[in-house]
Amino acid sequence: MFLRCLAHREVSILADTHHKVVVDAALEKHESTKGSLLPILHEIQDALGYIPSDAIDVIGKRINRSRAEVHGVVSFYHHFRTHKPGRHIIQVCRSEACQALGANDVIDKLKRTLGIEFHESTSDGQITLEPIYCLGHCACAPALMVNGEPRAKMKSERVDSLINELRATNYDD
Amino acid sequence: MTTKIFIPRDSSAIGLGSNAVAESFARVAHSTKADVEIVRNGSRGLIWMEPLVEVETNAGREGYSNVTTDDVESLFKSLVTGERDHEKNVGLVEDIPYLKNQERLCFARNGVTDPTSIEDYLEKDGFKGLKAALNMDGKSIVETVTQSGLRGRGGAAFPTGIKWNTVLNCSASQKYIVCNADEGDSGTFSDRMTMEGDPFVLIEGMTIAALAVGATKGFVYLRSEYPHAEEVLNEALQVARAKGYLGDNVCGSKQSFDIELRRAAGAYICGEETSMLESLEGKRGLVRPKPPLPAISGLFGQPTVVNNVVTLSSIPFILANGASAYKDYGMGRSMGTLPIQLAGNIKRGGLVEKAFGVTLNELLYDFGGGTASGKPIRTVQIGGPLGAYIPESQFDLKLDYETFSAAGAMIGHGGIVVFDQTVNMASMARFAMEFCAIESCGKCTPCRIGSTRGMETIDKIISGENPSMNADLIEDLCDTMLHGSLCALGGMIPFPVLSAMKHFPEDFCLEPHANKVAA
Ligand SMILES: Cc1cc2nc3c(=O)[nH]c(=O)nc-3n(C[C@H](O)[C@H](O)[C@H](O)COP(=O)(O)O)c2cc1C
Ligand code: SF4
Ligand code: FES
Repeated sequence: MFLRCLAHREVSILADTHHKVVVDAALEKHESTKGSLLPILHEIQDALGYIPSDAIDVIGKRINRSRAEVHGVVSFYHHFRTHKPGRHIIQVCRSEACQALGANDVIDKLKRTLGIEFHESTSDGQITLEPIYCLGHCACAPALMVNGEPRAKMKSERVDSLINELRATNYDD
Repeated sequence: MTTKIFIPRDSSAIGLGSNAVAESFARVAHSTKADVEIVRNGSRGLIWMEPLVEVETNAGREGYSNVTTDDVESLFKSLVTGERDHEKNVGLVEDIPYLKNQERLCFARNGVTDPTSIEDYLEKDGFKGLKAALNMDGKSIVETVTQSGLRGRGGAAFPTGIKWNTVLNCSASQKYIVCNADEGDSGTFSDRMTMEGDPFVLIEGMTIAALAVGATKGFVYLRSEYPHAEEVLNEALQVARAKGYLGDNVCGSKQSFDIELRRAAGAYICGEETSMLESLEGKRGLVRPKPPLPAISGLFGQPTVVNNVVTLSSIPFILANGASAYKDYGMGRSMGTLPIQLAGNIKRGGLVEKAFGVTLNELLYDFGGGTASGKPIRTVQIGGPLGAYIPESQFDLKLDYETFSAAGAMIGHGGIVVFDQTVNMASMARFAMEFCAIESCGKCTPCRIGSTRGMETIDKIISGENPSMNADLIEDLCDTMLHGSLCALGGMIPFPVLSAMKHFPEDFCLEPHANKVAA
């Protein structure tokens, strides 16, 4: 029974070939370096947007750490996601310098307009909203990062146009 | 003759539109077949002027501030015709008082050069410090750094030379240089600007550190919130390797040193050095008890120099110009210069590198020009989320480690966050507790649980529930956190909380005179 469970797990890993390719490549690239776990996880999240739970088993086996250990690392760091994010990711700074120029208004407006809280995605799965604690743009606050690109001096009045801009790029792959 | 146009690739400038401006310039240049070269420099640190486009002229570099894509065509026209009366013209950049009145040792090249051009770097005194160090033994390099009086710019202000000396005196098969580029403090961006605007100075500083203590491997632990710094630093590392400044034979000296860039993962606590070492080892970032000191048993148990980006980037100047050239700046035991970051609600936000001894008033008003909103400044927070809130009555404080600590404040990484009169200090105190709850590594109960209790208690105060009794509770709790925490996250979060209560009791529904807090 136990073995069958394991076998079943292996099947579920193989089931998503794209995941397997990505995870294997990440392990291949980093497993021989010292303290390889963060580089491996970054490689996977850069490619997939998150760390799939079945990847945790595979990583643990390959680098000789228990599943619990790998899971513990993934959950310790705010950067790593365990769920697939939306196609667009808005990371908005909550820290003091941004608050001093109205970040909380921007955040409220983002949440209301998108109808979501932090760490959630819109119902169509397109936009994910995340908090971040300082982006280093504290001299031109409030700051956001949209799909990895900075936006400074944000205003709540500009939230609508930002979201429209993102929605307009939804389907033109 | 080719006209050089400089458009910053610094990520704050990008956040303000510099990439779009650069693309627009390139398009117009292409279509008009104008003889121009676009250089993507770092930022001068005059962030309120970004995107600051500069044009090389016979008299020097002329600046155009807050350029948008709408300005590009008219700006181009004035460049070609030689008429410089464009409305965005701010004159010669180096004559702008904000820049002219600084003492730029560490940031001498930032915004001036192409960050990944080693030719630019060499032309502006680059690798002079390394050349000097290559002719010295480890002991005399360490001695020079000790003599300079340089103290750690990451927050704790520990003398750098003494730390290096400990590592030098350890005998070990492997030693490491770890650069702390986790820059988690709100209001700080000097590490980011260094890596994006002058990455070779960091590479040079780390290499000198390696020669000094006998390390062969270095790591830069870079926060994941800085993808642009990662990109520039990676480019620079490749160039440095290709040109023989890193690798098995550093500058033909037969000494070997290389640097690996490691990306962090969004945990504030991993800026604490031992937590960072755990993270580099692939673990959760739990703070290690000290001793052992990282200098004796650090990364993978080996002797390790852990230094901040700005600390390491201050080293090349010291080696190139001698300890006393650096030591001549500053006051008391705070020697040299500090890249100060003016942030938050400030009219002229940006980077100001000044010798220690400059007052807050000078920084906030002469450089900063007061608030961005035009309302009076109510308070500033200095030293990141663990730093105290300082009221206007103390703005005559001189920037000096000892002066600050005597006033119950800290300089930390040199970030100054400005708030105007609309700030509610109870909600800032609450935010401090919330931040501590989110970022606690979880090892100590006062920090892990106390922060959540603190948040709840401040909520009660905010809703008017028995403010005086709850304020007493906060004081007790802060006392427990102060004494019962392993590291400065739990141990110093009481500073912003208690200073807010002490200086702004009215925001906590407390009578000013009934307030017993002594932060
Ligand atoms: C909670 C906490 C966060 C810290 N964050 C940083 C940081 O982001 N960057 C940094 O250089 N030092 C940080 N430090 C200080 C480091 O522990 C350490 O003192 C520093 O990296 C040593 O380098 P320096 O001597 O060059 O400053 C932090 C300390 C604590 C307690
Ligand atoms: S004070 Fe907080 S962050 Fe520091 S070691 Fe203790 S639990 Fe971890
Ligand atoms: S505080 Fe928001 S970018 Fe630094």
